Amino acid sequence: MISAVQLSAEVLAVEVPYWGQSLLRVLGGIVAVLLPAGTIVYVFLFKMMSFMQSRLGPMEAGPYGSLQLVAEVGKWLQKEDILPTRADARVFKMAPIVVLVSTFLLVAVVPFGPDAWFTNFEAGVFYALAVSSLSVLGILMAGWASANKYSLLGGLRAAGQLIAYELPMVLAVIGVIIQAETMNLQQIVLAQNTGSIFGFDGLGNPYVLTQFVGFIIFMIAVQAELTQAPFDMPIAESELVSGYMTEYSGFRFLIFFIGEFATAGVFALIASVLFLGGWGIPFAWFGWTDIDSVANWMNLVGPVIMITKMMLVAFIIMWVRFSYPRFREDQLQRFAWKVLIPLSLANIAATSIFKVVM
Amino acid sequence: MFAAELLVAQNIGFAVIALLMIIGALRVVTTNNVVHAALWLVVVLSGAAAQYVLLAAEFVAVTQVLVYIGAVMVLFLFGTMLTRARIGAERDLNNPYWRLGIPVAGVLFAAMAIATVSSFGDEQLPADARVVSVAEISDQIFGPYLLPFWALSFVLLAAIIGAIVLARKD
Repeated sequence: MISAVQLSAEVLAVEVPYWGQSLLRVLGGIVAVLLPAGTIVYVFLFKMMSFMQSRLGPMEAGPYGSLQLVAEVGKWLQKEDILPTRADARVFKMAPIVVLVSTFLLVAVVPFGPDAWFTNFEAGVFYALAVSSLSVLGILMAGWASANKYSLLGGLRAAGQLIAYELPMVLAVIGVIIQAETMNLQQIVLAQNTGSIFGFDGLGNPYVLTQFVGFIIFMIAVQAELTQAPFDMPIAESELVSGYMTEYSGFRFLIFFIGEFATAGVFALIASVLFLGGWGIPFAWFGWTDIDSVANWMNLVGPVIMITKMMLVAFIIMWVRFSYPRFREDQLQRFAWKVLIPLSLANIAATSIFKVVM
Repeated sequence: MFAAELLVAQNIGFAVIALLMIIGALRVVTTNNVVHAALWLVVVLSGAAAQYVLLAAEFVAVTQVLVYIGAVMVLFLFGTMLTRARIGAERDLNNPYWRLGIPVAGVLFAAMAIATVSSFGDEQLPADARVVSVAEISDQIFGPYLLPFWALSFVLLAAIIGAIVLARKD
């Protein structure tokens, strides 16, 4: 009699031709961007925020308002596509696409299972950090091309903020790279799940425990990169209307909106790969030793684990977003340059010393 | 057959990207708007990154994106938008001596072409060319090339301190 595990191993070990694998990976990438975005919008933006404010949130469309998102998308798609008369039409139209493309490029390095990856990129972390900085271009383009003072100010604020917070983000990740001895995200997952803390391997070694400072800095930097409260100075509605998005309406605004929450989801995925052990479960549980001994069913369980961890991290991101008031522009810059960057440099120094000594 | 040897995927990719880069580079100098010029420059620089990927130099490609597109171009745009970035065409954007640039560019191109051809000639990449891993690059940087790396770091440090000294008025 074949056990369920053996059966699934045989069922899943199918040979897919190269073009089929590529097609699957592209489709998977699209799902991996849009599914978290939709889930985050419904669960956190519609429901959790409403509960935190003692109201029910959307209840009409579908059971518990679960189809509200479909209604919203329908609404945005029928709205008029307004182009300001003095705007720079081509740049104005390209800007939201640049932002969304940077999100899609970002998800390309996130592994979801032993074989369920999109690209197994040697310099994965480095690539993710490089690509995430592309969205600044789109935001600057949007701010400038709108021919609107509020938009331009919002775009400039966003650029200044993203430049300032990209540094602590990169520096926080370096701690993880030192500890894992690799930049490949798949290898970082393996390093965490095969690792042990003082010889105890029942938990693996998720870097949230050993790189806690790095995790906190990374999450703060993510919050700032997403231009969300308390770092939402670039779109501060009480002074800048809506910042660089002021002139956007209809489906172009929809692209910005999807981009915002998709990026939140992808950053949550990257955070869970870097700090929470990614798709893996501690390999000691099943006696796995390396990537080749991992059972094939992890290709199905892995994405589920990833989505669970993603929801956990996204919950923290949104919780902070709905709880804290906005930083002032000078406070925001001072916090990045005078607190986060020195702290992350100290974290790198401490991690390297531990790495060499131990 | 000559054509069949050239028509491999890498060569076609190279040709398409190179064409895009040339168009972008021409638009950088011919466009009448500062921000448009900067955005066309982004096209050229990302084309260079794509060429590095075709050459199996992933790390260099990512560095190109991070440094040139993520940092340098963003600072360019940031600076021009803070100071002068009107929408629409500007008339006084071209330097009156712009024609002098054409022979200079031609000489530069010729010099680089001669240098490339004379130093590599008919040499070809090994058939089993592979992606150089990041670990190997770091072994090189922090091994044989440690001294030049340090020298570069000092130059950058001096530039940073110089920028602070220039920017501080008090």
